Amino acid sequence: MIPAPFDYVAAQSPEHALELLAEHGDDAKLLAGGHSLLPMMKLRLATPAVLIDIGRLSELAGITADDGELVIGATTRHADLAAAELARSQAPLLAHAAALVGDPQIRHRGTIGGSLSHADPAADLPMALLALGGRVELTGPDGVRTVSADDFFVGFFETVLRPQEMLTAVRVARKPGVPWGYQKFVRRANDWAIVGVAAVDGRVALANMGSRPLRATAAEQAMADGASAAEAAELAAEGTSPGEDIHADREYRAHLARVLTRRALEHQR
Amino acid sequence: MTRIELTVNGEQRSAEVEPRLLLVHYLRETCGLRAANVGCDTTSCGACTVLLNDVSVKSCTVLAVQAAGMSVTTAEGLAPDGELHPVAAAFRQNHGLQCGFCTPGMVMAAVSLLAENPHPTEEEVREGLEGNFCRCTGYHNIVASVLDAADVLDPGGTRAAGVSA
Ligand SMILES: Cc1cc2nc3c(=O)[nH]c(=O)nc-3n(C[C@H](O)[C@H](O)[C@H](O)COP(=O)(O)OP(=O)(O)OC[C@H]3O[C@@H](n4cnc5c(N)ncnc54)[C@H](O)[C@@H]3O)c2cc1C
Ligand code: FES
Ligand code: FES
Repeated sequence: MIPAPFDYVAAQSPEHALELLAEHGDDAKLLAGGHSLLPMMKLRLATPAVLIDIGRLSELAGITADDGELVIGATTRHADLAAAELARSQAPLLAHAAALVGDPQIRHRGTIGGSLSHADPAADLPMALLALGGRVELTGPDGVRTVSADDFFVGFFETVLRPQEMLTAVRVARKPGVPWGYQKFVRRANDWAIVGVAAVDGRVALANMGSRPLRATAAEQAMADGASAAEAAELAAEGTSPGEDIHADREYRAHLARVLTRRALEHQR
Repeated sequence: MTRIELTVNGEQRSAEVEPRLLLVHYLRETCGLRAANVGCDTTSCGACTVLLNDVSVKSCTVLAVQAAGMSVTTAEGLAPDGELHPVAAAFRQNHGLQCGFCTPGMVMAAVSLLAENPHPTEEEVREGLEGNFCRCTGYHNIVASVLDAADVLDPGGTRAAGVSA
């Protein structure tokens, strides 16, 4: 399968990428790892006129720590995030999520910025960022704005990113030693979660239980009120609206959300 | 058309390509390197696996223009003098292939895996090859081949105790 024709520009710097976005607007798409965009283009579900390649911009890649936060550049590859000692010690849930994306080849190409911008409700990193209460930095013609994960994902493959904006960095609070739980239920190799649960520090996030990654707010509230993990997990599917597909119907997904939430809360690392 | 310069199996190359040309098609049709196969064409099966700057990638999901300035290695490039690479030799020795369609991709994925983890456990090999499907389903011997190759490439190394090879 061959994508429809498009023009290709390799951005020379983040500023150049922003200029190109401003110039081409809605006709253009950023290309990071290409592991969501190219499959869609091959199926002609996406037919951008211009691709702006940011995949080799080293300025946008890398992991650093400032006072309280870990800062991850947008083009940091999943494999690098999974292996980075800094991420594994300061935000182990995020490093673990990156290690579970697809398979090794996919992790060698896909980037955190691409995954979050793509906003697949079944994906690992959006759920992990939501559980961690992280933030994203969006850079546009008017400068940088910082948006919390709670506000970033707004619908099915939809975020608050504007056409002329680029996600430039991801910020999560450093939580060394804080217990966390992660459950990803899959049936096939290198697949997305049928349902996923990430839990840390009183927050519980769900993958594939609605059109965007969701918080299990009823379960969180119950825990805050002193409920046991098992009691709180019974409430995990409240307020969710999972879809149905060949793997699971709604009822089964709700069941998985409850069981996986209990496991994520009881088997913490 | 876009001009790209890249290294393929150690050889410097330059080409005018359509931006939508997939790396696997560039390798097979422009370079005449037929080791990387197109199986699923949907980033699943790993038959098209090659090394891009020394790490495994699925070349059906990389544009040739994305490889500009980088170095690509195909299974042909593992045997520049015609002598089998230790990983390929281990596949032959351990009967790690049946029809052979998945084999070049398996070998390249294994080379990348062993570079990252020179002495994987059996479980780590299985997880490390998660992105490569064998429709002849000869996984047992494929895993044995990779474990064997690890011992050949780094005879002194040890894998985590308690896991059978
Ligand atoms: C077979 C297969 C299995 C997979 N399994 C999983 C899985 O188990 N879990 C999982 O979480 N994911 C999975 N993925 C998706 C994978 O994580 C992708 O790498 C990721 O979703 C996209 O990252 P990318 O860098 O490749 O983005 P691209 O494909 O390059 O871009 C994706 C979208 O984001 C936009 N974009 C990219 N970067 C930016 C930026 N910095 N700012 C603004 N917009 C940007 C692009 O324009 C595009 O619309 C899988 C993919 C495949 C092909
Ligand atoms: S052909 Fe590329 S992964 Fe199957
Ligand atoms: S040997 Fe036939 S597909 Fe693997």
